[in-house]
Amino acid sequence: MLEIHELFAKVEGKQILNGLNLSIKPGEVHAIMGPNGAGKSTLGNVLTGRAGYDVVSGEVTFNGKNLFELEVEERAREGLFLAFQYPVEIPGVSNMEFLKASVDARRKHLGLPDLSSFDFMKLARECSQKVSLDPAFLKRGVNEGFSGGEKKRNEIMQMMLLEPGLCILDETDSGLDIDALQVVSAGVNAMRDGARSFIVVTHYQRLLDFIVPDYVHVLANGKIVRTGDKELAKELEAKGYGWLEQESV
Amino acid sequence: MSASMTSNRQHTAAAAPLNAFQQQALALAAQQSVVGDNERLLSDLRKQGAQEFELATWPGRKIEQWKYTSVQVLKDYESAVWANGSGVSGEFVSERLIPLHATRLVFVDGVLDSAASDEMPDGICLFSQADELAAELIRSNLGKVSGSVSAARRNLFASLNSAWTQDGLLIHVGRNVVLEKPVYLVYVSSTQSNVVTNHRTLVVLEQSANARIIEHFVSEDNSVACSSFVNSLTEIQLGQNAHLHHTRINLEHESAAHIGAVHVNLMRDAVLKGFTLSEGSKLKRLDYQLNHCGQGASLNFDGVYLARHNQLVDYHTCIEHRVPNCTSQQVFRGIVGDKAKAVFNGRIHIFEDAQKTLAEMSNRNLLTSNTAEINTKPELEIYADDVKCAHGATISQLDETALYYLQSRGISPSQARMMLSFGFINELLSSVPDETLQDWLESWLRDRFSEDRSLVSDVRSLSASGAGN
Repeated sequence: MLEIHELFAKVEGKQILNGLNLSIKPGEVHAIMGPNGAGKSTLGNVLTGRAGYDVVSGEVTFNGKNLFELEVEERAREGLFLAFQYPVEIPGVSNMEFLKASVDARRKHLGLPDLSSFDFMKLARECSQKVSLDPAFLKRGVNEGFSGGEKKRNEIMQMMLLEPGLCILDETDSGLDIDALQVVSAGVNAMRDGARSFIVVTHYQRLLDFIVPDYVHVLANGKIVRTGDKELAKELEAKGYGWLEQESV
Repeated sequence: MSASMTSNRQHTAAAAPLNAFQQQALALAAQQSVVGDNERLLSDLRKQGAQEFELATWPGRKIEQWKYTSVQVLKDYESAVWANGSGVSGEFVSERLIPLHATRLVFVDGVLDSAASDEMPDGICLFSQADELAAELIRSNLGKVSGSVSAARRNLFASLNSAWTQDGLLIHVGRNVVLEKPVYLVYVSSTQSNVVTNHRTLVVLEQSANARIIEHFVSEDNSVACSSFVNSLTEIQLGQNAHLHHTRINLEHESAAHIGAVHVNLMRDAVLKGFTLSEGSKLKRLDYQLNHCGQGASLNFDGVYLARHNQLVDYHTCIEHRVPNCTSQQVFRGIVGDKAKAVFNGRIHIFEDAQKTLAEMSNRNLLTSNTAEINTKPELEIYADDVKCAHGATISQLDETALYYLQSRGISPSQARMMLSFGFINELLSSVPDETLQDWLESWLRDRFSEDRSLVSDVRSLSASGAGN
């Protein structure tokens, strides 16, 4: 599904990713852990194509296509989804309008007919209930005045509506209390269907008790320095990252 | 006040000879027939207005209040006559007006169109139909609200409006009366060219009265140039603890010239919630003069302007905090595209006695072309030392992070820009009190953005400028 080969990338002139390799097959859940500044968030932004995140060299194919030949919106329509660490507030644009535009774009790309407003509304309400968001949120501005937890749940709701092939969760657990964490995790787990893949970027092992990964990678100094299973996450929680960072230099 | 007026006359007595527009304007006033009770009610106002207009300095680049706005197009009206269109069609009413559950009064070229209007409830009447009580209210309030501004700052077109006042509308809401239905005033310009129209409205809310008023300016046929000049002045006297929602929407055809003003005096504990929305035209100048005259009064005032093609829109707001313990909050946003021009001049004047004033003003603008122009100027005069006053003005482009967020969900950059430009304005519509009105404005706005890309921000590398606190 996703093949990353020797990826080097810069942010504001500073080299952040240093030859990263990663291969993700359909249905797999990969956790990426690592210390602050290791390049975890950069990876998500590079993959989605955010301006200012410059690829120096390396290749990434997504569903067999060269990802770097696609615009930001084309990657999304192709089925790549990033749940933002800091979702953006857009007052004046209703959540409903935003979601409908997103879903319309994705469906059009897939050759599916437009959903009627009525059907879309129904679907959106169902999804909002799955993440315990009051449907009244659909009428409000995008993330406007939402609490941190509500914003994260809104991200998961978008993921449910767009049904992407690959979901990148960028520190979705940060700032969440245990109840919200369970809601978010349940939402993610409900979407694991054997075909959809996930990259779960996190700082904390706790999230991986709820979203159990197939692989755990440690990212340090811009590349993956260790790969293991969920037991590796527990080892990291106990020992910290220092011992691996030293190895990677 | 009379003393300062005298000195003003002396000061300007040596003014240049009248230009052709001024001469024609005064001739038009003289043509009007004001007879009977109306003559007794209005003659002083008319005379004083004509005198002030005659002696006033004509707008030009050197006059601060007209620095960025040329009235050159008034040359088009040097041989204008009074507009006298006929009534509007039922189709016009159903298709072009806002379907408000309200008392609707439609004026065509300044004349009440009874067929398109509802019956006037108690307290609302034309000046020409005033009974004794109404006449007394008119005598004691008309010209007094607009006249409470210092003579040096008086707008000559407000004076012209007085000179041109042949009739007008009085809305009176008595003590403790809550007007259940909003009053929806529709001012229609017919398709005549080379014509002028005058509107004068007086609103008096007595102690603890409560009302909602919507003023809507519209052209009878939006597909043809109408080229009328409209002068519209609304004076509002808010008594103690009175509450008013006032909305003014200026959406005439872009070939129209409009100079309008709203003057409000707020007495003790009065509350004003104002909203205004305008599209530019060949000349559109709107003055809001809001005066806190009694302690504890408060006002919230939001405004939106859009200008494209070669349009001009100019808002001058002035809030006078004359007494202590009052608040004012003002938020204006505009989008200017093509070769259009917008002016926002927000003046806050805090008098020496007006301690504990809280005054806030914000003006944000999007420029959507490199040939568009915005002149924004906060103007603060603060003579009291214990006040909180904040202002900010920005001219900027769309938020790149928000654009990325929308694109990362599959939305194209052009659609994303449209959504964000729309949202920038739509955010302010939430302060419109009536849901029907809000929906109507939102759908109007949506149409405007989808039919014409000139108001969608595609400018990416503008240098931003700003000033704060």
